Amino acid sequence: MPPSSPDPAEVAVVGAGPAGLAAAVTAADAGLDVLLLDAADAPGGQYYRAPAPGLGAARPEALHHGWGTFTALTARLARHRDTGRLRHLTGHQVWAVTRTGEGHTLHALTGPDGRDGVTLRARRLVLATGAVERQLPFPGWTLPGVVGAAGAQAMLKSGLVLPGRRVVVAGSGPLLQAVALSLARAGARVPALVEAAGYGAYARAPQVLAANPDRLAEGVRHRAGLARYGVRMLAHRAVTAVHGTERVEGVTVSRLDPAWRPVPGTGRRIDCDALAVGHGLVPQLDLALGLGCATRTDADGSAVLERDEDLRTTASGVWAAGETGGIGGVRIALAEGELAALSVIADARGGRPPARAAGLRRRRRRMRGFAALMGTVHRPGPGWTEWLAPDTEVCRCEEVTAGAIRTAVDEMGAGDSRTAKLLTRAGMGWCQGRTCGFAIRALAGPPGPDATPGRRPLACPVPLTTLARTARSEDA
Amino acid sequence: MRRARRPDRDPARTPAGLAGAAPGPGFEITFDGRPVRALPGQSIAAALWAASVLSWRTTRVNGRPRGAFCGIGSCFECLATVNGRPNLRACLQPARPGDAVTTQEGNGHAALLP
Ligand SMILES: Cc1cc2nc3c(=O)[nH]c(=O)nc-3n(C[C@H](O)[C@H](O)[C@H](O)COP(=O)(O)OP(=O)(O)OC[C@H]3O[C@@H](n4cnc5c(N)ncnc54)[C@H](O)[C@@H]3O)c2cc1C
Ligand code: FES
Repeated sequence: MPPSSPDPAEVAVVGAGPAGLAAAVTAADAGLDVLLLDAADAPGGQYYRAPAPGLGAARPEALHHGWGTFTALTARLARHRDTGRLRHLTGHQVWAVTRTGEGHTLHALTGPDGRDGVTLRARRLVLATGAVERQLPFPGWTLPGVVGAAGAQAMLKSGLVLPGRRVVVAGSGPLLQAVALSLARAGARVPALVEAAGYGAYARAPQVLAANPDRLAEGVRHRAGLARYGVRMLAHRAVTAVHGTERVEGVTVSRLDPAWRPVPGTGRRIDCDALAVGHGLVPQLDLALGLGCATRTDADGSAVLERDEDLRTTASGVWAAGETGGIGGVRIALAEGELAALSVIADARGGRPPARAAGLRRRRRRMRGFAALMGTVHRPGPGWTEWLAPDTEVCRCEEVTAGAIRTAVDEMGAGDSRTAKLLTRAGMGWCQGRTCGFAIRALAGPPGPDATPGRRPLACPVPLTTLARTARSEDA
Repeated sequence: MRRARRPDRDPARTPAGLAGAAPGPGFEITFDGRPVRALPGQSIAAALWAASVLSWRTTRVNGRPRGAFCGIGSCFECLATVNGRPNLRACLQPARPGDAVTTQEGNGHAALLP
């Protein structure tokens, strides 16, 4: 193992998205020595994903809102890096964290090809690993040209590219509006934004809306933008077929009933050369689950980390901020990063969080109220599985179809996703169920009582040589 | 300010135009032997998308075409063979001048280097 510093850092923050950045600079402001690790080469996470420097973007802010917040954070980051108080380790993918004595040992992959390993130690840990997009399979979703909606956004922000010229955006959740608008502003024709839920449902919670005027304003701004680019908004509908043999040539959009079952005979074709699709996000919890942090089911049906009001998880010395505690957006992530850091500082210095923490807790509660509403409105209705044809692939890596999973459940008695997985290999491929996990649970049922949701021993594929070296160093 | 009556038809409206990008000099990579232009900082997946190439892998079981899907390194759909090395995630791999990207077949092990 390459040498790591002999003394553990006072706190390690995993993830340099909005939550992790806010946590790291707040902790460093208070004089803590901080390790900030991220798999990416630049800070910002999913929201503040910037064009690569070589692209010479003069107006990176054109792809974002709140760019000033981000540049202020990175300026603080740079100051702390210069004084050596904060070590920002880019290109460090943490694949496991283990509890050692009074603190934690982090194992990360580094190097140009991600084949080298390092171990680092820290007394406290803030997990800010964000989320990945939630995908619900449908006939044709493996055809080239079908891409994640957030994925298209990420590729646009970092590489300044589009998946096609005429792009239908579909799925569920407010993120789709941001994606459709970005694609249109970047020159794509977006004939339709297809939303499986309906925005009318928000109106049933006027108090929550009134408490979050910024979110209301954002919705109005997005809709005005979409109208300006001629994007048709189609609610209570979903893409139920994709046309094309080698790549997307069009999609069929069907009306859904309130349970998200397609209504027969309502399909209409829309021509396009790409489909950007996603049904919200799911927290990325591998490291937290490996540490034994407890989870609960959030309003949108996903497992999220259980935390107290100062964002401590149930594992000692481990805090969680941002989307790991539930999908909510960039503002919650920023507030939670700061709040988690205040609690970490109090823990390290043996005091109580300052008065500022109370204000952050209040803001967080208010914003979490909106997030819960969002989760409820866009939570996939149980009827979505009726989109699936028997030959629709659910697990893309192992090419396991819905029919195969249903056979495992109906004829071989698989009563939970773990058994269905063992019988079919669904979720056992390269991505380890990150893409198909939600769908498999819907088809086969949640894992049994003894199984932690989606627990994976490694957060990413690790070369055997690295594993072997790690084992040797831990034996020593 | 009104820039165009039909913003969707405005030829100046491109991702680079939107971000005010003035990239450094582009360079060439190849995809299955044919030249593809890449800009400095673009991932291999981004360079291929810019050239309207959406698939660069065929699946192990059914031999179906696949390309980038999640765009952030989590789905492993974008695996490509680059300069003879298989199983690289094209959405994370920066394009470098002269890179030879070839369609990865199956699990890519057929092309594993010794
Ligand atoms: C692809 C994608 C695109 C999105 N685009 C938008 C958008 O355009 N607009 C919008 O409002 N919201 C968008 N979101 C939602 C966005 O996730 C949140 O609003 C916000 O970024 C959450 O902040 P966060 O700090 O919790 O997590 P993130 O911003 O997701 O940051 C998490 C960070 O952790 C790092 N990380 C994760 N696991 C590890 C590990 N094991 N080792 C090392 N580093 C790790 C990641 O590299 C990432 O930088 C997007 C989400 C996704 C998944
Ligand atoms: S597109 Fe998902 S890993 Fe590259």
